[in-house]
Amino acid sequence: MQSTSFSRLESRYFYAFAAACAMVAGIGYLASHYMEEHGHIVTGMNNTIVWGMPHVFAIFMIVAASGVLNVASIGSVFGKAVYKARAPLSGLLCIGLLAGGLMVLMLDLGRPDRFIVAATHYNPTSVFAWNVLLYSGMFSLVAIYLWTLLEKRFNSWSKPAGLMVFAWRFILTTGTGLIFAFLVARQAYGSALLPPMFIVLSFAWGLAVFLLAQAAIYAWNRETLDPAILKRMRNLLGVFIIGALYLVAAYHLTNLYFAKQTGFERFILVDGGTYPWLFWAGYVVFGSLLPLLLIYHPSLGKTRSVVAASLLVIIGSLALLYVFIIGGQAYPLAIFPGFEASSSFGDGQIAAYKPSLPEFLLGIGGIGVALLITTVGVRVFNMLPHDAALPQGVHGETH
Amino acid sequence: MSDTNLDRRQFLGRASVALAGLAIAPGMLLYEFSQARPLGEAASGKVRWGMLIDTNQCESGCNDCVTACNEENGLSGGTAPTDAQWIRKVELKDTGSGRITSLPVMCQHCASPPCVDVCPTGASFKRADGIVLVDKHICIGCRYCMMACPYKARSFVHETLTDQLTDVPRGKGTVESCTLCVHRVDKGQETTACAEACARGGHHAILFGNLNDPDSEISKRVRAVATTQIRADLGLNTGVRYQGI
Amino acid sequence: MAPWRMAVMLAICIATSALTSAPVFAADESPMPKLDIGKGGKCVDDPKFMRKNHMDVLKHQRDETMRQGIRGGKYSLAACVDCHASKKNNSVLGSNENFCQGCHEYVEVKIDCFECHSSKRKVVAEVSK
Repeated sequence: MQSTSFSRLESRYFYAFAAACAMVAGIGYLASHYMEEHGHIVTGMNNTIVWGMPHVFAIFMIVAASGVLNVASIGSVFGKAVYKARAPLSGLLCIGLLAGGLMVLMLDLGRPDRFIVAATHYNPTSVFAWNVLLYSGMFSLVAIYLWTLLEKRFNSWSKPAGLMVFAWRFILTTGTGLIFAFLVARQAYGSALLPPMFIVLSFAWGLAVFLLAQAAIYAWNRETLDPAILKRMRNLLGVFIIGALYLVAAYHLTNLYFAKQTGFERFILVDGGTYPWLFWAGYVVFGSLLPLLLIYHPSLGKTRSVVAASLLVIIGSLALLYVFIIGGQAYPLAIFPGFEASSSFGDGQIAAYKPSLPEFLLGIGGIGVALLITTVGVRVFNMLPHDAALPQGVHGETH
Repeated sequence: MSDTNLDRRQFLGRASVALAGLAIAPGMLLYEFSQARPLGEAASGKVRWGMLIDTNQCESGCNDCVTACNEENGLSGGTAPTDAQWIRKVELKDTGSGRITSLPVMCQHCASPPCVDVCPTGASFKRADGIVLVDKHICIGCRYCMMACPYKARSFVHETLTDQLTDVPRGKGTVESCTLCVHRVDKGQETTACAEACARGGHHAILFGNLNDPDSEISKRVRAVATTQIRADLGLNTGVRYQGI
Repeated sequence: MAPWRMAVMLAICIATSALTSAPVFAADESPMPKLDIGKGGKCVDDPKFMRKNHMDVLKHQRDETMRQGIRGGKYSLAACVDCHASKKNNSVLGSNENFCQGCHEYVEVKIDCFECHSSKRKVVAEVSK
């Protein structure tokens, strides 16, 4: 890469921003320390809502980490030059998001001090254990891929490396979907639709993250992105948002079709209080329809609209995950179908969940880690996308 | 004289053998009937511990089994959403007929336990004799087992504990559930705290025993009356069976 | 690099490693902590052996007990506590004189047992273990 033609991030901005990210990450770490010291009693989680806010953030980051690699895949696997120029940034964002997400998952454990046990004791039937392998494999594969991109001598290896990464990330997101898909006893989960749904969601979320990062880097370097490239990427985001909406709709429709799960769907979509609100207003309107408007409306679709659309997609994704993860647990298990159950342990009742500050800070801390890794990486490795050499072909290529 | 002496000696001899037999026999018989295993021996797959709960005998409002479990295992007895409850009384109302049933629910000690399948470290495990346990030494507290359990049988320890019982170690950051009073079973006792309390209260709704022994009380009952497994549709082959639902 | 520089580097390395390991040597000479051994009596194994290997034998037996239900083994944590809990507070923890805590403080090793296991002697007279 011709590093001389890059304009570096301004130092002032860089140090201030990196320090801010480090602080957010540090606060997240302190929050997790507080949780470890006092136990999960200081979170909103309980014996019914066993996974809470940290998991919303962690799963968002892990899913987006896989999706952000789309840009690299389109570049390396499908040979599109515009995307190839962005492959290094895409790989770096993947590593950052994955690290942030995994950190949150790890620090939320009941015994984070025993994290190493997850490596020394391995249960081959556990999807979680598979994911431990998938995540560490992802790290090394993306690192190798980045190496082939940044080191000129290995450039010729970037295609096979990119292909490996491409395949691996599909498996990785399938694995993330399977964490839920294998929970047969729960109405919200236990569906074969979940892995493909997570894959398509990852496309949208990852691209949104990428577009935000790209816009920030260009703005700081006082450069403007070629409008043609912006248009292509924003249209791609639009397609992904529509695809995601389709799969989310399919998931709920199949659930509605199973008589025994209509109660759960009613809860999530109509009378569950926060959850329907977050679903319809948060995910559908603000997280999908509004971004689509910003992208496709003839008088919109400029940089600012695309940034707003990407931000909205991310907010919508967190809303969707909150509904999926927490709403999915709040609705009581059908232990005794055909009976109304009640007990001292929450049988037959909607569980209450109020996220506490520490668990929220832990989740945000993960985002801090992801941003920190990206910021430092962009500066150290000079990953500003560089399109000067390829003005041709951009308008002609389609996909 | 010598004859009588001989008779007397013979008599004494025979009597002492008989006496010895009388003294030893009950022990041997007990050993035969109650597959109690010696202290140093490993649990074997020839035994499958289970329970049969007769909901017709279970009294609504009675909480004896729960109290006994809490006392036996050193649980606080609190019922906040973050408190551990290894056994709970569930009140069921048939949505069609309105019939009310009361029954205790605890870990069902499945033959194919989902919690064991999903545990990343193998901390959730099933012993040879069918008891499903958590090895808290390698539990990392991820709570995936709680997500996977169809019976909501598991609790997570949310706070630092003090004054745990010698027989029942438990601690913050790990998951736990009914152990089928494994500390009793290992010492050869053949009843759990809940079953004992239920019998003491005169209900006899909980029967503990070896499902693999065709002559055990529980096997005979399971053969004789219609029993159900909760969520039998999942095919987990639970060790806890119910009668009357 | 000039040979003398290498010699200096080597010297620094040796000096630092000697300094960092100094406390270990010192520990051998400093007096052993005064421990309240509770009931005491004959230990299940040679005390020297136990001092060095208790963690391994405990772990080995714990896995057998936990996984296979083999109870009544020689190296039981409950038995350790039963013998060595202080008669003052009935525990192996509490102060630097208490059996487990005292020694672990001395060698600066964290004990992870008693977050879950009871550190107190079962007061009730119990049938033999």
